[in-house]
Amino acid sequence: MAETVKLTIDGRAVEAEKGTLIIEAARQAGIEIPSFCYYEGLKLQAACRMCLVEVEKTPKLQVGCTLPVAEGMVVHTDSELVKSARKGMLEFLLTNHPLDCPVCDKGGECELQDMVFRYGAGESRFTERKVHTDEQQWSPVVYFDAPRCILCYRCVRICDEGMGVNALGVGNRGVIAAIVPNHHDHLECDECGMCIDICPVGALTSGTYRYQTRPWEMDHVGTICTHCADGCRTTLGVRNGRIIRGNNRDRSGINGEFLCVKGRYAFDFTEHPDRLLSPMLRTENGYEPVSWAKALELVANKFGAVKARNGKLGIIGSNHTTNEENFFLAKLARQGLGTRNIDHHRTGDLTTFFDALSGRNDALATTAELYSAKAVLVVGADLSQQHPLLAFQVRSDVRHHGAHVYTVTRGPVREDHQAAAGVRVEQGGELAGVESLRDRLKSEGNLVIAFGDSIQGESLRKLIAFGDSLGIPVKYVCLVDYSNSRGAFDMGLIPREGGLSREQMLAATDLDVLWVVGSNPLKTAALSSTNAFVVVQDLFMTETARQADLVLPAASAYEKSGTVTNVCGEVQKLKQAIKVMGAKTDLEIFGLIAKEMGLDLGIWLPDKVFEEIRRTVHGYNVPMPVIAAGGAAATAPLNGRVAALPGAIESAGDTLFTSGSLSRYSKLLNSVMEAPGGLYGNQGPGDRGQGPGAGGRS
Amino acid sequence: MLYNEPSPLETRVVSKRFGLPNSASLDTYLATDGFKAFLKAREMTPEQIIDEVKASALRGRGGAGFPTGLKWSFVPRNSPKPRVIVINADESEPGTCKDRLLIEYDPHQLIEGILIAGLAVDAHRGYIYIRGEYRYLIEHMNAALAEAYSRGYLGKNIAGTGFDFDLYTHSGAGAYECGEETALLDSLEGKRGIPRMKPPFPAVAGAWGLPTLLNNVETFSAAPAIIRDGGAAFAALGTPKNGGTRLVCISGHVNKPGVYELPLGFPMMKAINEVAGGMRDGRKLKAVVPGGSSCPLLRADECDILMDYDTLAKIGSMLGSGGMVVLDETTDMVKFALRIMRFYAHESCGWCIPCREGTTWLRKILTRFDEGGGRREDIALLGELSRNMLGRTFCALGDAAAMPTISIVDKFADDFVKRLAPEAVTA
Repeated sequence: MAETVKLTIDGRAVEAEKGTLIIEAARQAGIEIPSFCYYEGLKLQAACRMCLVEVEKTPKLQVGCTLPVAEGMVVHTDSELVKSARKGMLEFLLTNHPLDCPVCDKGGECELQDMVFRYGAGESRFTERKVHTDEQQWSPVVYFDAPRCILCYRCVRICDEGMGVNALGVGNRGVIAAIVPNHHDHLECDECGMCIDICPVGALTSGTYRYQTRPWEMDHVGTICTHCADGCRTTLGVRNGRIIRGNNRDRSGINGEFLCVKGRYAFDFTEHPDRLLSPMLRTENGYEPVSWAKALELVANKFGAVKARNGKLGIIGSNHTTNEENFFLAKLARQGLGTRNIDHHRTGDLTTFFDALSGRNDALATTAELYSAKAVLVVGADLSQQHPLLAFQVRSDVRHHGAHVYTVTRGPVREDHQAAAGVRVEQGGELAGVESLRDRLKSEGNLVIAFGDSIQGESLRKLIAFGDSLGIPVKYVCLVDYSNSRGAFDMGLIPREGGLSREQMLAATDLDVLWVVGSNPLKTAALSSTNAFVVVQDLFMTETARQADLVLPAASAYEKSGTVTNVCGEVQKLKQAIKVMGAKTDLEIFGLIAKEMGLDLGIWLPDKVFEEIRRTVHGYNVPMPVIAAGGAAATAPLNGRVAALPGAIESAGDTLFTSGSLSRYSKLLNSVMEAPGGLYGNQGPGDRGQGPGAGGRS
Repeated sequence: MLYNEPSPLETRVVSKRFGLPNSASLDTYLATDGFKAFLKAREMTPEQIIDEVKASALRGRGGAGFPTGLKWSFVPRNSPKPRVIVINADESEPGTCKDRLLIEYDPHQLIEGILIAGLAVDAHRGYIYIRGEYRYLIEHMNAALAEAYSRGYLGKNIAGTGFDFDLYTHSGAGAYECGEETALLDSLEGKRGIPRMKPPFPAVAGAWGLPTLLNNVETFSAAPAIIRDGGAAFAALGTPKNGGTRLVCISGHVNKPGVYELPLGFPMMKAINEVAGGMRDGRKLKAVVPGGSSCPLLRADECDILMDYDTLAKIGSMLGSGGMVVLDETTDMVKFALRIMRFYAHESCGWCIPCREGTTWLRKILTRFDEGGGRREDIALLGELSRNMLGRTFCALGDAAAMPTISIVDKFADDFVKRLAPEAVTA
């Protein structure tokens, strides 16, 4: 244990680590010292003066958020002098604050309200005119109401330090000093909304949430974001069956309070007018809605007939659907339909990855370890665009722990700004780039290597051999896309034992049935078989659905329960936030099809299926209390002996503002001017670094 | 700016060249002992230079009055980082107008003082931060720098001594706050001028994180005389612990306002009545701002004192930056308080809550009061709000606004009562 000092706070003997700030030492002892500008993890400001405390033997009040504890110090946080100072500060703060609490979004969740309630005066002595400026819109998601701002600079710091974007600053001075956006009257940034979340008052408000509701009228549903693979916990504010807000203010989950634009705002696809609300059957007159009963009967009959004549079935699963759904689909395919032709859009070479790591259960880095590692090497990925949470973790690791970050990429990435060394390589030159860093990496205490889709097959084995040869503890992250790529792989949506890969299914001219679940393969490829009966389960009429004979309306991740496994192999639980009439969860659809076909594949309730997963899938015997309480439980990688699979592996190349078809149906994502953006510093969709990009492949 | 008629009561040390023909030229400077002190200092060790400055009892002339020798000794000469000297020419304390004369009439004395400091802290680079409103002075200073460079008194191998020093000017953008040393450093670095958290102090991590010696123009300007004639001789001009002379800027209701160099410990009433030619139109003295607008005011009956740092501190005020404003019996203290508060509300950088909101609130109350809307409870409120700022703001600007206000409402409450709104009087 580090050196400690003994001090007295409000008459209580307190022991705190040397260097601890008084405000933290008090907090550890259960004594609140109020503050606005002090914010754990961000630079100190000492601007709000709310944390003034009395320290004996010092002439004036001391700033609790910047003064470290000292041996024998005697601190008073509730003396009359301290109380009157707080009251005075709040009185100053309220002079120009509009007190429009009854219509302010923040009302009920406002730190200023809470502070005034607890420490303020009951009445105001301010009788002069308040300073007023009109509200400004800085972007589709960020509005700024300057009079409400108390200038705590949290937003400025989270944008600069936390996000590495630095889109906010301070303009003017004195009483008209105000936060200003980076482009004079508007923002060009990540549109992550971290500034809105961290704002203690209603100065920064969200374009999607403002004036929609009072916070106490919502149900708050903690679930997992469905967009990228990082698996951020997002707490959805639900009122009258609509999702109104996404944030994670309670800092539960692996992401703490972090969310990107997708996790915070891009839930609006759930209520897009193009949502499929009924099964659609292709007829001579185009698609016509049919009942679920008729649709299920049709599917069961077709599948049954093809199975009976030993025809060729192909199933393309999803990298969005839950573990339970994937598990049940794999079981339905192999046991029920008797086919091995099952695959999904694979975005990272997990096959080789797990084979190369054979027997090493501790080689997978967790999300938390990207924040605690001494060094991080990013190979072939634009981390801030493709994995916003992992990038946030790495940035925080550098800031808080002095970690070293190294990049080996084919173009500029945000991580370069903090990088101890950055290497630019041509595609295929990644390993040579990594090799050039050998001497520097060898001297690190430990290392996490995160690599993208350009590292696959032999390259991947070589990368792991490189890591092994460094002589330091090394862990890995295989950067896959989408919310449950890991789960799709782990649950067996892969063409093992001679099954057809996705490409092979599409190329097979004699395919009898193509069943596509939550995927959009026909956006970028053609179906060769002209006679195949095509069934598609999706939320929208995607390019693939438009070629289907039957389209089944599926529920989104926000409309179902179950678990997903993130890019780091951590299992987390989804919690149903809303219900969309007409759509069914994929698990229910699978179950009903099985039932219709007379197959006995067990109960299809998510909890029951998860129990089976825990029993039968390697690495998934995770502690239930952790999952049930909304935590993330790390899985172990499949323990080797993973045979090579046919088929292509390619990242969708999604950016911060895209996530396959979901993003195409998010009005919000399409409204921000930065969308869809590009990887490696490329700006527009016409100038993309790689991959099909906006709209993705899944 | 024209230099006022000197007074025979002055002791002219730093201003001794004021009024000479071409006083700003290097030739005049060299003909009047110029750069002798630098050559002498070159033969001394840094410790000896600093000891000499300590012996002079010179205290910072920017306002805080910190012992200069001690400040110079704080700069870590053995640091692996290069040391930097920053010259505070952001003269913005209302009532103060001395640094501009030192730059305009004797810039080479300032340069020499900086070079001596460079020898003392082993620095080879300096920045003169000149307030934005003094734009014309940048030209004066740049001309002097150019002349010094061309004649070998700046740059490489200065005066053949092997000592190198580069000196630059930097313009402020018009902010009182940037007179605060750490805000000045942020501004110098190209950032928004807001004060920094201390520690670390500039001596350890100042401009660009380098060990930095930061002093006022007048402080550096005193260094040549101290080295040339010895610290003891300079100290002997003033009173104990208050060495030497300083430029006192006397303004307000006197017959001969101007900048006068007076020894520390000079009697205040003598300065008003004799040096500055007495009260204008023979009116009675009402109050004195002893050292710039942030100092608590003195009533006429408190002014029979000696002007040195310790005496002023004893009676609850400050010698500050030498800006002495003399107010006669016709002065309306409500208006005076408003004028001061308008300044501070305008100049508050906005960083911390009490100063940002407090100065503007006070300004609004005083404005209302001045416009005839004064209420009886306002008088106490003015004092109370000021006390809520005092000692609780991030930097001293809040104190600078609070201190004079407190002294005005405490000492001149009658002026406020006289100006109450009619309905408040009858109430």
